Formats: sequence, C-alpha cells, structure tokens
Amino acid sequence: MSTKATLKEFPAQEHPESHYLNHDKSLKSWLLTVDHKRIGLMYLASVIFFFFVGGMLALALRLELWEPARNFMDADTYNRIFTLHGAVMIFLFIIPSIPAALGNIFLPVMLGAKDVAFPRLNLASFYIYVGGALFTLYSMAHGGIDTGWTFYTPYSTTTGSAVISMTFGVFVMGFSSILTGLNFIVTIHKMRAPGLTWGKLPLFIWSLYATAIIQVLATPVLAITLLLLIMERTLGIGIFDPALGGDPVLYQHFFWFYSHPAVYIMIVPAFGIISELIATFSRKTIFGYWAIAFSSLAIAFIGFLVWGHHMFTSGQSELSTVVFSFLTFFVGLPTGIKILNWVATMYKGSIWMQSPMLYAIMFLFLFTIGGLTGIMLGALSVDIHLHDTYYVVAHFHYVMMGGTVFAFLGGLHFWWPKFTGKMYNEFQAKVAAVILFIGFNMTFLPQFVMGSQGMPRRYYGYIEQFQTLHQYSTVGSWILGVGFLLIFWYLLQSLRKGEAAPSNPWGGRSLEWMISSPMPPHNFDYIPVVKHGPYDYHQPIAEFRLGIDDGHSHSETKAH
Amino acid sequence: MERLRDYLLPEQSSTVASDVDNLFMFINIASGILLLGITAALIYFSWKYKRKSKEDVTPVIRHNLALELTWTIIPLILIMIVFAWGFRGYMTLRNAPSDAMEVYVTGLSFGWQFTYTNGVMSGSDLYVPAGRPVKLIMQSRDVLHSFFVPDFRIKQDLMPNRYTTQWFQADEPGNHVIFCTEYCGSGHSAMMGRVIVLPEAEFTAWLETEKAKSEQELPLARLGENIFSQQGCMACHSVEGAAGIGPALNGIFGDTHNFTDGSSAVVDESYLRESILVSNAKVVAGYAPAMPNYTGVLSDRQVDALIEYIKELN
Repeated sequence: MSTKATLKEFPAQEHPESHYLNHDKSLKSWLLTVDHKRIGLMYLASVIFFFFVGGMLALALRLELWEPARNFMDADTYNRIFTLHGAVMIFLFIIPSIPAALGNIFLPVMLGAKDVAFPRLNLASFYIYVGGALFTLYSMAHGGIDTGWTFYTPYSTTTGSAVISMTFGVFVMGFSSILTGLNFIVTIHKMRAPGLTWGKLPLFIWSLYATAIIQVLATPVLAITLLLLIMERTLGIGIFDPALGGDPVLYQHFFWFYSHPAVYIMIVPAFGIISELIATFSRKTIFGYWAIAFSSLAIAFIGFLVWGHHMFTSGQSELSTVVFSFLTFFVGLPTGIKILNWVATMYKGSIWMQSPMLYAIMFLFLFTIGGLTGIMLGALSVDIHLHDTYYVVAHFHYVMMGGTVFAFLGGLHFWWPKFTGKMYNEFQAKVAAVILFIGFNMTFLPQFVMGSQGMPRRYYGYIEQFQTLHQYSTVGSWILGVGFLLIFWYLLQSLRKGEAAPSNPWGGRSLEWMISSPMPPHNFDYIPVVKHGPYDYHQPIAEFRLGIDDGHSHSETKAH
Repeated sequence: MERLRDYLLPEQSSTVASDVDNLFMFINIASGILLLGITAALIYFSWKYKRKSKEDVTPVIRHNLALELTWTIIPLILIMIVFAWGFRGYMTLRNAPSDAMEVYVTGLSFGWQFTYTNGVMSGSDLYVPAGRPVKLIMQSRDVLHSFFVPDFRIKQDLMPNRYTTQWFQADEPGNHVIFCTEYCGSGHSAMMGRVIVLPEAEFTAWLETEKAKSEQELPLARLGENIFSQQGCMACHSVEGAAGIGPALNGIFGDTHNFTDGSSAVVDESYLRESILVSNAKVVAGYAPAMPNYTGVLSDRQVDALIEYIKELN
C-alpha cells in the first residue's frame, strides 16, 4: 500500500448503472438513509408537497376576494386560510426549500466531500422537520388558527383555536433549521477538498454559509418567543398580555428579531443559486467574487439590526423608529451591489438562454422590483401610509416568490439532470417559465397599486373601488396555477421517460459536474483536488476533475 | 406625472399628504430609472452576447474599481436622500401642533368610538372642523387595532395598555374612510368608520347639539338609541335584521336564543343585561365570542336605556 499518491484526471462515467438512487432499493434504505442526497430528496418532496398545499390555499383566498363581500367562505374561514397560507409557505416551504433540499444534495458535492459532517444529525433534522409539520397539519385539522403567521399578542393569547399546537409545530421545526445550519457550517469549515480554499468556494456555498449563520443565531430567539407565547396561554405568565401586566410590543420585538433575519434565511440561498446560474450560462468568470460573497455576509449581519422596520406604526419610540429606518437602507446597498455584479457578469459572456438562465433573468427583474419597493417601505413618512396595506403584500411576494421561488425553480431545473439523471423538455420548461412570469406580475403588480391606494391587508371584505384590481390579481393567480401544473407535468414526464442526462449538460466547472449523473452513492470514488476557482472558464476543463486515488477505487470495478 | 400620482394614491386631504406623495413619486421615478437600466442591460446583453458555440472563449473580468465605486456611491447618496426626506416627513407626522383639538379614540372589536373633551361621544364617525389640527389620543379596549385614514396618509396602532397619538389637519370639508389596519379577528375588515370634516361653524353647531342631547333628561329608549350609536354598537349589530359580526337586535326580545354550548334561553331583561356586561357568558350559536365586556364602561342607567331601546325595536 501507501504508494505515493499522484494527481491525475478522473473523468466522470456517463450513464452509470449503479448510482445513489438505485444502489439499494429497500424502503428502509430510504427512511434510515444517512446519504445527504437522499435526505435532500426527501426534503425536496416534502417542500414541494407543502408548496402545493400553500398554493391551493392562496388560490382559495384569491377566489374569495373576487367579490367585495362574501363569495363562498365566511370571515373566520378566510382568516384561518390566510394564516395557514403564510405559515405553510414560510415555515414548511420556503425556509427549508433551498438550504435543506437543494443545499443538502449539493453542498457536500460542491465541497468535494462524501457527505455532510454529521450525517445522522442530518437525518434527525429531517425527522424533526416532519414532526413539526405533523403538528401543523394537526392544527389545520383541529379548527386551524386565525392569528396570521405572526401570532401577534394579545389576539393570539385570547383567540380560541389551535394556537398552541401550531406554535409548538413551528418551535419544533426551528430545531431542524438550527441543526441543518450547524451541520453546514461545520461541513464548510472542515470538509473542503484539498485545494478548495475559501476564495475558490462556489458562491452557492458562501450563501449557504451566510444563511447557516443566521439560522443558528436567530432561530433560538423564535423558539424562546413561541415558548413564552405557549406559557402565556397555558400558565398565564404575563409577558405579553397587558391584562396580566405584559406588553404586546415586546412580543413584536421578539418576533421580528427572528423573523426579519429569517427573511434572509429565505432569500440569501437564492442569491447563491443566481450566482451559479449567471456564471454557468454566461460561461464567464463571475464579476466581483468577493463583493458577492461578502455582501451575503454583510446582509446576514445588518439583517440582525433592522427588525424594527416592521414596527414603524406599532407604538415603539420615535427614536427607535428613526434608527431602524436608517439601518434598513444599508441592507439595500449590498443587495444592489449583488444585482449589478450579476448583470456585469453577463457583459461579454457567452449567454445560453436555457430555462435555468431564463429563471435567473426573471429573478433579476422581479427581485429588483422587490428590493426597490423595500426602499419605498423603509422611507419613514411613506411607510406610515403603506404599512399593513397590499403594498407590503406585493413587496414581500416580489422578494419571496419573484425572488426565492424563481431562483428555486432555476436551481431545480439547473440541477435536475444531476440528481435525477434525466433531462426534461426544454421547450415546455421555457413556456412554463414565461407563463409563471406573466401570471406572477398579473397577480402582484395590481397589489402595489391597490396598496398605495389604501387597501389594507388581511381583509376579508373590501370597499368596491378595489374590485377591478382584486379581479386582475385573481386571474393572475389562475395563470400562475397553470404554469405550476405544466412544470409538474413535464418534470413527471422527465422522471418517467426523460432522456438520460450527461454528466455535465451545461458545461459547469464546479465539482458536482465532474461526477456522474445521477451521482455515485459516495459522490467521489477518489479524493478531488481543486486547482481553479469554480468560474474559471478560461482554464482547460481537464484541470477541474483532478484528484488522487483514495486507495479503494470503486470506479474500475463498477465500470462495464 | 400628476395623473400617475392621482391614480396610485388616494386624494390628498390632509396638510401632510403632499410631502408624503412627493417622496413616494421621487422613489418611484428613481426606482423606475434603475429598473429600466437593469432591464435594458439584461435584454441587450442576452441578445448581444448570445452563445455562438459551446466552446466560446470569454474574457476574464474580475473587477473594475471605478465601476464598483460608482455603483456603491450613487445608490448611497440616493438612499441618504430618501432617508432624510422620510425622516423629515415623519417628524412632522409625529409632532402635533400645540393648539390641536384633542379627541380620545377607543378601538374595540370591531368599531371606533370617539370622545370629545366636552364629554360628547360619537361611534364610527369622527366629526372634526376643517382647517384646525386634530390630535387623536388613542387606546384599544381589547386587542391591537390600527387607525388608518388613507386620504390623510396617517396610521397608528392602538394598544390596550397605553395611549398612542397621531394628528392631522384637513383643510376642506368632506368624508374620509377609516380602516383598521392591524388584524383583529372576524370583523377586522368591517371595522370601518368615517372622518367627517365640517366647516368650523357647522362643527361647532354639531358639537353643541350633541352636548345638549347627552344632557337632556331623555326618555330611556331615546337615551339607549344615543348610546347605541355613541358606543358604535351598529358596527356589529344591525337593527334591521341583517346578520353581522353579532346577531341583529330587532325583534329578538321575547325570542328564544340557542347558544354555542347547546343551551338556550329566552331573551329577557336579565339576559340582555348579562350579554352587555359580561358579553361572552352566553354566545348565540353561529357567532364567534367577539364582543368586548361593558362592565365598568356603562352605568346601570345606560344599560337600562339600551334594554329599553332593544325592546322598542320589536
């Protein structure tokens, strides 16, 4: 043994017969797997399921709003449905969507590792998430809750219904988020392949790193807040309820101290995907690598200092309000820098408008609107008028859906060939992307207008002057629904009879493209050695698949 | 540009509205230019640098200090302008002139109630004189509410444990809708009211008539009718038979009510008294327990008057 290791090229095997999906087919091998890719897939299936649930709830809300007064549900049902739509989309879909699903599948691969640092903990995170989700489903079945996803006191301590089981579900899911974050931080620090320095990390990894820091630092505060809320309801401890000497504004401070950074848990991973997409489909070195990497960290840091901008009209002191407004603008700066860096990357590139790139372009447009309307809401005197109107609803949908969901779809299409081993119908994918883009703008652009005209959010009924705009918005939601159905259809077709995917369909340079599609059970049958940055398209591709033999090479035995 | 503003924003009916609107339009225009620039670059680059072959060689451009400084400093200047402008407007919104007329506002699920310093009360409708600053001293009787008048560009939450304030001055007579913008339950979207701006002389006359009304030795049923309107009861209870957040009150006296717990009772004086003072002791089937308690809010004579009024509705 112990012959001197030599650096050599390890070309990926095309269309392998044995891979992580089929090397063991028993149910047990899935349910008890410690393979990050299988855990990621189980997360992916779960978040897609909950996106479907949340989406159906949204369609029901939009349909009810077709008429100014009652259409087909009563006020209490409407209130429960908008609460569930928010809670499901935020806690069950968007927070785990990119990090826990796509991040889990690709983070170790992009680092050149065989798994995350704590594979069993990773599986535990998944089951904790499932446990929390079950509590949420239980609350739905038992009358639901009607407090809004923010659970503001004193309404949430006085209203009937399943506030306790719902908040307990969210409390439990928080642990899943913390453990995933912890796992990612350790993995990024300790398990990078030889040669993979911090300056050569794919930007998706940097964004997951920034996200993980927020998850670990902010989520405990949410846990404390929800626990206090539960204790308030069951034991009457009097922290938030004025009747017992508490203060409802304190609740809002606690809640937003988590939930504002949580906004960055939702959007920062999307930035990472966009960096990968823009660079890959422009076949070009990313412009301002460090600016993009550090702006994610800057956003994560400043994100902790701006929670009070959700509370300009809450009754917090004028001084706090002014300070929070001032700081809020400094989140806009790194965000703007990112957008311009991405645009600059396309300059003199070789732009290949495949569906993932189409999503990235749409992201840039929609997220820019989301960001600029955030500047509007940060402006103090204007926010007094716009706060808690549909303008805010439109703003955060442009950020969360136009931003995160479009980036998630871009990432899903980008990596789909890699983790399923199948191609999808590119034409249908482009059609679906365009349908979503039209439907999205039709749904949410009118909401900016009705918001600035004064339409408050969380309204079951409304005055007639807003009906036309509401109806545009509702029709838009149907178009969105059609787009998502189409995506579901062709992805299903792809799984059933899609063309087998090559190992590197887009000509990427990061490590996931240097191994087979689908990936081998242990990712690498060698120790990858990284020589160039992930966007160094000017270097020969052979130098991106270097490695040293790890002593028990499976690749020869499996090859046929 | 003015037409766009008039489409996007409600009418400007307070003294602060035009400054808020100008900032709103400034941000929109600056954002529009930025968005247009970015979109144009995206489209142009996508077309101009379209891939010719899979082996295209692209230049290595990692930095450009001048460019990066430009796109950091210009946005920095813009956001500082926006901050300073918004800050100035906010200070105006927060600092009521010292000669403002004061009105106490109570928010309760799901209505508004206004008390003038001379003791006059009004439910749902806030009457104010044109051309004079009005300061609202606000408190909630139950959960959080928020007092929003789009035409005035003002909004402030109401809390159960402390007073919050805001002010406005409307220079022209007219009616303006009040919305509740802090989610408060079943009747949140029905928690509306109006600000009725009257010419100074008409307002003074209104205030005096109301004052006289409350001081007269009215027959009980008439007093009850006044209290019903002053307390904003009609926000939830119709007197014409339509079901609202709560049951309609006409014709119920002598009926049998069925409750959510399965029991039932005949609507008599004792039942009505209990339902007003400890409102959720018995909740009529089909309704949510949403009504606030009136113990300590209404005197015995006022409760008697309400009962007489409800009896008279039969």
